[in-house]
Amino acid sequence: MCLAVPGKILSIEGTDDLLRSARVDFGGVVKQVNLAYVPEARVGDYVLVHVGFAISTIDEAEAREVFEYLRRIDELAAQEPGGAACDS
Amino acid sequence: MRFVNEYRGPEAAARFARALEQAVTRPWTIMEICGGQTHAIIKFGIDQLLPDRITLVHGPGCPVCVTPVELIEKAIAVARLPRVVLCSFGDMLRVPGRSGDLLAAKAAGADVRVVYSPLDALALARAHPDREIVFFAVGFETTAPATALAVHQAAREGLKNFSLLVAHVLVPPAIEAILSSEAVRVQAFLAAGHVCTVMGWEEYVPIARKYRVPIVVTGFEPLDILQGIHMAVLQLEAGRAEVENQYSRAVRREGNAAARRLIGEVFEVVPRKWRGVGEIPDSGLGLRDNYAAYDAERRFALEAHSCDESPECISGLVLQGVKKPPECPAFAVACTPEHPLGATMVSSEGACAAYYRYRRAAAELPGGRRH
Repeated sequence: MCLAVPGKILSIEGTDDLLRSARVDFGGVVKQVNLAYVPEARVGDYVLVHVGFAISTIDEAEAREVFEYLRRIDELAAQEPGGAACDS
Repeated sequence: MRFVNEYRGPEAAARFARALEQAVTRPWTIMEICGGQTHAIIKFGIDQLLPDRITLVHGPGCPVCVTPVELIEKAIAVARLPRVVLCSFGDMLRVPGRSGDLLAAKAAGADVRVVYSPLDALALARAHPDREIVFFAVGFETTAPATALAVHQAAREGLKNFSLLVAHVLVPPAIEAILSSEAVRVQAFLAAGHVCTVMGWEEYVPIARKYRVPIVVTGFEPLDILQGIHMAVLQLEAGRAEVENQYSRAVRREGNAAARRLIGEVFEVVPRKWRGVGEIPDSGLGLRDNYAAYDAERRFALEAHSCDESPECISGLVLQGVKKPPECPAFAVACTPEHPLGATMVSSEGACAAYYRYRRAAAELPGGRRH
């Protein structure tokens, strides 16, 4: 039920705040999506879409955070005595 | 697809698994709230990648599963009325009530339709002014903005033939109910990322503090879930109990201001009965008085009848993380997705459906977890 899928905004239409909508590309499948809750969204942005509504824009800098986190814990593990042994 | 496949790399998952192995010194039990996370965990085998000392238990985050039988009976009753078109999300149609399900009502002649969005139901109301369009609105905070906008727009357009049967539920009161229960064994939570996309995470701070539990707002892809678990374990090992945000690419502290505003305008917090769990105070959304004209329960004077669960079904215990699906004697025997005894076997987010789909073969092997 809380499934939300990221897609890229191809075009935006409408001026009414509640009915502004976009054509959004989900890896080749294009659907019409309501943009009432992402007034900041622009063409080219990625949005998270749930039951036909964009509920958030995706922050591309934050999207790399998982990999930064992984790099930091790997570095910490390498520094700890005996830490590297667990990699074997 | 971008922002999906990057978070599914097996090599990065293995690095997380090694880091968890290093971090864990004691047994810990962590609950993922959302049924979408449960499915990802079982589908990708994340639980099997974890050190033995980390146990994941599955939470109540499947709105279809917790919708009370009484409301399903109301939906069936309204669907049978002349001129009514009852619309809902697909999962809802096969959830057993007391007198069958919505699909059976449809087969018997009721006009029951699956919609992808509440806006589809609104479009039906515009297109068929001679029919009464009732949207059976299920969902957590993630879905509430969509329902709110549909009814708000109906009011703007003066549509008289659109109404809602509201079953919306809220996550934080359910977490508190789990933590207050005697059977509680959950030491940390992965909060539902998309619920927090809408609501933000400030409302979890007092819960983390009061019950001394770490709460990590977590996404839905395998690497998201592994990072969420790692963050929770680091807190547990250090004796911390804070709210942290793993899913920062989508979740901001304050959530989605525009969505919260419209939810607040259309809905008020009400007590709600959860299937298999019982009534939880302040755990649901109901229409405010100025939207009462759009309340299907009032419009059609639907009466509540108390209903009993199938005595064989342990979905209430599954939804509270007390039991896992293979521990149920009916699992994959008397209860299957084709003939479900409880909603957790129906929904694409139900824990029983996840185990049936991805773990049944393993469970049936000699020495498997079924007994």
